[in-house]
Order: sequence, then C-alpha cells, then structure tokens
Amino acid sequence: MSAVRDSAVRIGLIYPELLGTYGDRGNAIVLVQRTRWRGIPAELVEVDAGEPIPDSLDVYIFGGGEDDPMEMAGAGMRESKASIERAHANGAVVLAVCGGYQLIGHRYIAADGEILEGIGLVDVETRAGSPRLIGELVASPNDDVNWGEFGPPRALTGFENHGGRTTLGEGVAPLGKVLAGGGNGDGSKTEGVLAERIIGTYLHGPVLARNAELADRIIAWVAGSIPPLEATLEQSLRADRLDAAMVRGVHRWWRDRMLARG
Amino acid sequence: MTVSKRTRLGVAAGRLAGALSRTLTRGQGATISGRVINKIAPNALEELADGQRVTLVSATNGKTTTTRFLATALTTAGRTVTTNSTGANLTSGIAPTLAGAAGPGDAVLEVDERVLPRVIDPLGAELLVLGNLSRDQLDRYGEVHAVSESWRTTMQSHPGVAVIANASDPHVVWAATPGKVTWVALGLGWRSDAATCPECGALLTWSTDRFDCPKCGFAQPATDNILDGDTLVLDGARIPLDLALPGRWNLANAALAVTAAAHLGIDPVHAATSLKTVTSVAGRYMHVPLGDGRSARVLLAKNPAGWTEVLRFLHRRDTAVVIAVNARVADGKDPSWLWDVPYELLRGHETAAAGDRRLDVAVRLRYAEVDHEIERDPVAAARELEGDEVHIVASYTQFSALYRKYGDTT
Repeated sequence: MSAVRDSAVRIGLIYPELLGTYGDRGNAIVLVQRTRWRGIPAELVEVDAGEPIPDSLDVYIFGGGEDDPMEMAGAGMRESKASIERAHANGAVVLAVCGGYQLIGHRYIAADGEILEGIGLVDVETRAGSPRLIGELVASPNDDVNWGEFGPPRALTGFENHGGRTTLGEGVAPLGKVLAGGGNGDGSKTEGVLAERIIGTYLHGPVLARNAELADRIIAWVAGSIPPLEATLEQSLRADRLDAAMVRGVHRWWRDRMLARG
Repeated sequence: MTVSKRTRLGVAAGRLAGALSRTLTRGQGATISGRVINKIAPNALEELADGQRVTLVSATNGKTTTTRFLATALTTAGRTVTTNSTGANLTSGIAPTLAGAAGPGDAVLEVDERVLPRVIDPLGAELLVLGNLSRDQLDRYGEVHAVSESWRTTMQSHPGVAVIANASDPHVVWAATPGKVTWVALGLGWRSDAATCPECGALLTWSTDRFDCPKCGFAQPATDNILDGDTLVLDGARIPLDLALPGRWNLANAALAVTAAAHLGIDPVHAATSLKTVTSVAGRYMHVPLGDGRSARVLLAKNPAGWTEVLRFLHRRDTAVVIAVNARVADGKDPSWLWDVPYELLRGHETAAAGDRRLDVAVRLRYAEVDHEIERDPVAAARELEGDEVHIVASYTQFSALYRKYGDTT
C-alpha cells in the first residue's frame, strides 16, 4: 500500500464551456466522487476558457467540442503546452476525449485542408473523414501495456460521434481494439491511444461513467492503492450497453454478409 | 383555396406510408411520409398554404407550447386558425394540418428547426417566431452551430420576412439578424452551447443580463421588449402573464407568443389574458392517474437546456420525481447529456429512474448522491414513490408513449 495522500486530489476540467458538448463534465464528476467515496479528499478544478492551464493539477480532462470552440481550446492548450507537459512529467494523468483527444495529438486536418495544431503530447494525427462515426463503440483494452497493479480493465463501452480518422505513430499503443463501432476509424480497427498516464479516446458516455474500472485505474495512478467500491449498478449498466452494442455488431455482420452475397 | 387531386392523393399516401412505417418498423414514420408527399405532390405545401397567412414557430425547446399560445390568442380574438396542435412539425405533419384547414385565415405552424429553411418558401411564410437553440439529439442533428447557420442563410435570402426573435440567445440573434426583426429579451438560461461568438469564434463575455463579443462587436441587440419576471414589457406597456402552465420557461414561451400576436394585430393584453385557458399542450402537463388516488403530472424534457429549467422548478417543490429516459431515434441515441444536467438539485426528493435507459439515469443519480428507485415503467415507478405530488419528467419517446396511452385528461 502506497502512502495515502494528505492533500486533495485535484481533478482538472479544462475549458468546460468549450470542450463539454457531450456530457464531458461527467468524467470529472465520476473521478471526484469515486475518489471521495474512498475517503480521499478530491477537488474539482474548472479551468475557464481564456485562463492559462495550471501545472498543479493531478488529472487533466479534455472533452469534445464544436468546431469554433475547439479552435479556441486548441489555442489555449498550445499556450499552456509547457505547463501540461510539466504536470504530466511530474505524475499527472491526462484523459482526452473526442475533440480533446485530437488536440493532444499533433494536429487535426479539416476537410478543407485547414490545419488545427494540437499540443503533440501523443504521436497521433487526425484527418476529417466521412461518414461521421456515430453509435455504440466497444473496445477490448490493450493488454500489451502496463496498466499498473489492477491490470487492464475489461471491455470498454461508450458512444462515439465524430468525423475524425486518427492515425497512431509508429510504436504508439492504442487504448484498445475495436469490437463494435468505428474507433480511430483509420482502418486499423484500433480505438484511442494509451501512453504513460495518458488516455485519448472517442468513447463518450461519458467514458468513465460507463467504465468505472477505467476511472479506478486513473485514480490509482494519482492516489496510489485504493480499496474497491461496491459496483453493482455500474456493472449492470455496462452489461446492458455491451448487450446493446454486440447485438448490433452481430446484426451488422449478418447484413454485411448478405450484401456481399448479393 | 383550391387543392388539386394530386395534393390530396399525396397527403393521403403520405399518411398511409407513415402508418405502415410505424407498424412495420416501429419508426416514427414521419420521414417516409414526407418523402411520399413530396414525390407524389411536389407542390402540396404551396397549394395547401394558399389563402393562409402563415406564421412559423421554431426553437429547440418550447415550440409546441409557443405555437399553442399563439393559436389560442388568435382564436380567442375571433380569427380562423389552422395549427398543428400535436407537435407534428415535419413536412409530413404540416401538410395534413393544412389539408384540414376550415378555410382561409391564419396558419400557426410549429416547425422542426432543421425543416424551417426548407418550408418558408413553399408555405409563403410571413412571420417567423424564433425561440432558442441548444444541443439536442447530437447523433442525429449535429451540433448547434450548423442549425443557426442554416437559419442565418435562410434569413439572408428572405430579408422581407418578419421575425419575432429571442434577443437573449446568441445563436438565435446571429441567425435572425439579417431579417426584419422584432426582438424580445427572454432572459438568459442555458448558455453552454454559446461559449464562443457565432460570428467570429472569439469568447463571448456574459453578464447577468446580456452577452457581448469583445472582438467583433456582436452583442445582444438593444430592445425595450423584455420579459421581467412574470410581466412582458412590450412597446412600453407592462403586460402581466398569468398562466395556468408552470415554470419560467412557459413565461418565455408566452412572451414570445404575445409579441407575435401583437404583430398579427391582436391586442397584446387580450392575447396574454387568453393564455390562462391553456392547461395542457399535446400531453405536456397532463395528469396520469396512479391508481392509488394520486396522479402524476407529466413534463417533457428532452435535452439539458430543457431539463435545467425543469429542475429549477422542481427542486423548490415538495414533489417526487420520476426521470423517464429513452434513447431511441427521436430521443437521440446518446444520453450522455444526462451529465450536463444538475440532478444534484434532486437530493432529498423521492426519485426514480425509468425508461429504456434507466440504468444510465440511475448511475447519474448515484454520482449526484440522489437516492432512487429503478423501474422500467414510469407509472409503476411513480406508484413506488411517496408523497402527494409526483412529476414524471419524460424524454420524447417516453412522453409520446404516455400521451398515446393516457391522452389529454385536463
């Protein structure tokens, strides 16, 4: 058991008014509550648009946003790039979803060729693609990487809604393999990115509400050993969503087969 | 009004196609119905709207109630009014509504916000009433800016069409500005979809009663027409809004309707007085018997902006609350918006999670530390809760199912 921290875990919700289109605040709520329920003090720190991002947070949550807000968020993140990098080097976790995921990569290249520069925290690049990938997304977590003492979480579920096609650089690990849905959408059948204490993903839901096991790994990364929590309800939700997505997956497989025949 | 056989046939065939689609696929049937009408009778809307002075009402939230308010004000003043009273707001719903018109007069039509640009010309609309725009069914409709942009493009090509628009909503203001606008400031509610300037993308600055863009000068338009508590200030007169329907959001709907009624030549004081007769709107605010002597009042809330208003109303009352959420096509298939809603306000209320997505609701409530029951059927869930007053707050398809089953009882 590592030492229990005496200072509050600082969960940073970055630019919620810009990067919060898909219930992204929920990821922060889940982390704060699951930390507190274990008797560890936790604090939600909202960084408003236009403010510099401090280097003193334990978790940096970047959510998804519409085009203009995303451009503005990108500008703010680039200005605070050194601060985010410093925090990460000192042990902070980065959770970036959808637009946020694209912005922690090198760049996002829009359909008209316009380039939105990211902060290059991970070696990924996103291009706008078509069609938009919308629906339930299930991914089996990458177990080639070190997840810490809990090991990898079980299959991750969420809802994706994006037009991005994200390509990982050489040797960069995905968060998981796509079982149903689109994920990174670049033909690699991968979903998201996983680096040392960095998760990038297209899973909304919000992802941590739908996948409590992933939330607990993030908390363990910043707070050390943590006791388990009662999780009947979360497991029921996860089972319900897995059923919904996988039924559709089988249906899609059947439809594809029929089409191939015709 | 001359309506061709072709148009009659188109409307009838469209209805049939819609009914078949509903029976066979459990779809809403509206899309196919609209397509059939367009295919058989491409001029159906033009023909059907001939002889009508058409007013179109659109918004993310409140369009059905605003339409009902405006139609009530006109009817009370003795006008002949044709209106889509059940919220059928796509081409497929508008065509049959007009086909059933009693004669020439005023047509007050609620229109889906994505359909609005397509029907202004065929209907020859003379007045648009634009309420608010916020996130809703993102999987199906895309993000908010795309909608306000399509409205703005429409206004640019229709500079002669009169508009009554909410001055407090940046997306509506940006969209309506190219038109011939009468503004009414309804107050600032949900702002999470308007962080950046629709014109230039800079951060908007918000104060308690207005928004401004520090970069390009885009701002809340100046107007003396404002909703002040439960009073509408219109052209210098203070008009009390005494409604039977609850909530601040209905005062905003009423203010918009009274302003529109005044534009259409109705005395605004008379218009406002008539609104008290509206007690239920296509099932919204209807009472459902629980079978134990109690009844539950049904509210429709389908997105975070709507829910946030509803919670402000509920949390001050001693009421039990059933949250009934589906995520079918007409609801939007992604209920992650539940996390944009401050359900923490329900702490201390008897609460239940219902609907197809009751587990998503229950997880949200767990994190909000709101004790709750879980029960698929919203009426059964309501029965399980204690208290004299019960509200069922339902997403669109949950609400529709309740409406079909219990109808208007008030």
